[in-house]
Amino acid sequence: MSDWRRRLSPTGNTGDAIFRAAMFAVALLMLLIVVAMILALASHSTLSIRQFGFGFLTNREWDPIKGQFGALAFIYGTIVSSLIALIISVPLSLGIAIFLVEQAPYFLSRPITFLVELLAAIPSVVYGLWGIFVLAPFLRVYVEPPLARWFGWLPLFQGPITGIGLLTGGIILAIMVTPIISAVVRDVLSAVPNTQREAALALGATKWETTLVVLVNAAPGIAGAVILGLGRAIGETMAVTMVIGNRPEISLSLFQPSYTLASVIANEFTEATADIYLSSLVELGLILFFVTFVVNAIARLLVWRVTRRTTGVGLAV
Amino acid sequence: MTTLTALCTLVAIGILAIILGYIAMRGIGALNLRFLVDSPRPVGEGGGIGNAIVGSAVLLLLSCAVGIPLGIATGVYLSEFGGGMFSSVVRFLVDTLTGIPSIVTGVFIYAVVVLRMKHFSAFAGGIALALIMIPIVARTTEEMIKLVPHSLREGALALGAPQWRVTLGVVIPAAASGIATGAMLAIARVSGETAPLLFTAFGSRFFPRNLNEPIASLTVQIYNYAISPYDEWHAQAWAATLVLMTLILGINILVRFLTRKKF
Repeated sequence: MSDWRRRLSPTGNTGDAIFRAAMFAVALLMLLIVVAMILALASHSTLSIRQFGFGFLTNREWDPIKGQFGALAFIYGTIVSSLIALIISVPLSLGIAIFLVEQAPYFLSRPITFLVELLAAIPSVVYGLWGIFVLAPFLRVYVEPPLARWFGWLPLFQGPITGIGLLTGGIILAIMVTPIISAVVRDVLSAVPNTQREAALALGATKWETTLVVLVNAAPGIAGAVILGLGRAIGETMAVTMVIGNRPEISLSLFQPSYTLASVIANEFTEATADIYLSSLVELGLILFFVTFVVNAIARLLVWRVTRRTTGVGLAV
Repeated sequence: MTTLTALCTLVAIGILAIILGYIAMRGIGALNLRFLVDSPRPVGEGGGIGNAIVGSAVLLLLSCAVGIPLGIATGVYLSEFGGGMFSSVVRFLVDTLTGIPSIVTGVFIYAVVVLRMKHFSAFAGGIALALIMIPIVARTTEEMIKLVPHSLREGALALGAPQWRVTLGVVIPAAASGIATGAMLAIARVSGETAPLLFTAFGSRFFPRNLNEPIASLTVQIYNYAISPYDEWHAQAWAATLVLMTLILGINILVRFLTRKKF
């Protein structure tokens, strides 16, 4: 038996060696794809990285005609729209997950889980279509005027009311990330061992106090779920592009049109004729890649910690 | 407190009902047989989404041809040979790939495929979609294969089968239905993708003739019609959405129905 076979596979069988090598090659391909992604994005944005340097991140001007490119307006739009999304969706998702795991009877929780998951199955472009023709007019007539009337003293709710802008983008994002956050929170809550609940109940805690104990136990996982939702909100493209107004401006008002990193790429990529223009757009893609990569990595680690720790406890018991 | 959490749940389900209701209501009006087979025409002359339906089917087939085998192979590697440092890295990367925005995948494919071929093409679109499918298929495959009892593997090994035959002939068939559901969910997911197609498959107003040229897709068509200023195209966007959602909901409900019997 030749040496290479034995090295590739402990059984020393030729078929095993080939099979193992083939599977390994595919797994290696995954690694290479990620590396290639970084290299391709970096090499195609060198032009703009060279020309603008770090100023790219702090320059708020985006003017293709003058050849001025800065990402600040998009970074601002991305952060604010994602924050609005989280402010709305986190309490909503927590409520849904608590209801499904701690309160709802089995015959209810299964179909409801499916329905909430269906929200995640709706494509982004469909949310966008609905956003343009249903949500935006609704907000323009029924939500934004009262906000302006009661909270108009805040700079957040000033300016012309169009229904298209940061607020609409944030709300669409909130609807889109709710099923994702609630699904992960649900998993995390179910991973909290029942002994915790029993112990709390045995000490005389009410049902709600018991839920609080469970929540505290699951806290890192819940944080992970929220960060996972944030990652999704940051990278969401079509729906936001369709309702956020697509204007590279930084304005405190949530009624004003804005722009996000993802939506400017979607909107202007095929129009970019100058090399520096295209290069700047690819650099926005590179920024988006790194931000979502880091955000996702943090989220995964947090969620893993909870689900692993608790399954460990479960095994020990 | 239960009222409050139940209310949250109701809000989510209510939004789902409203969205689906609008799609059904507005979509059904412009939907007829001609619309399903015709290609787009200028405003005022009707036209349909036949080319987009064919285009989406072609793109899905391409992405499945690339994405499903690679996804399954990655999943098999992670479950059967995983455990080492390298497989943890791969598992982590596959997980993070799921979170990479699809628009970035589009930019990546534009840089490595479209720029090299010097034109938009169905190939580029199919590969972009495949990249999105791989991590989904890989992770479900891994989870499903892990559910196959060890006794089954040991039995086959004890009969003298080499490991590759055990994996291909015993383990994968045992996990086949689970892997198939994962693949179906991945298909449902990518059939709704728009962002990675904008500058890879691009779009077209004609029926596809070869894979080396730009190709239409339902999602890009919906996007272009939705942001157009014409009421007629808006109505067509709703009708196309109804077609797309029928496919996606159909897959999701089918998967639900199939997995219900098992677990």
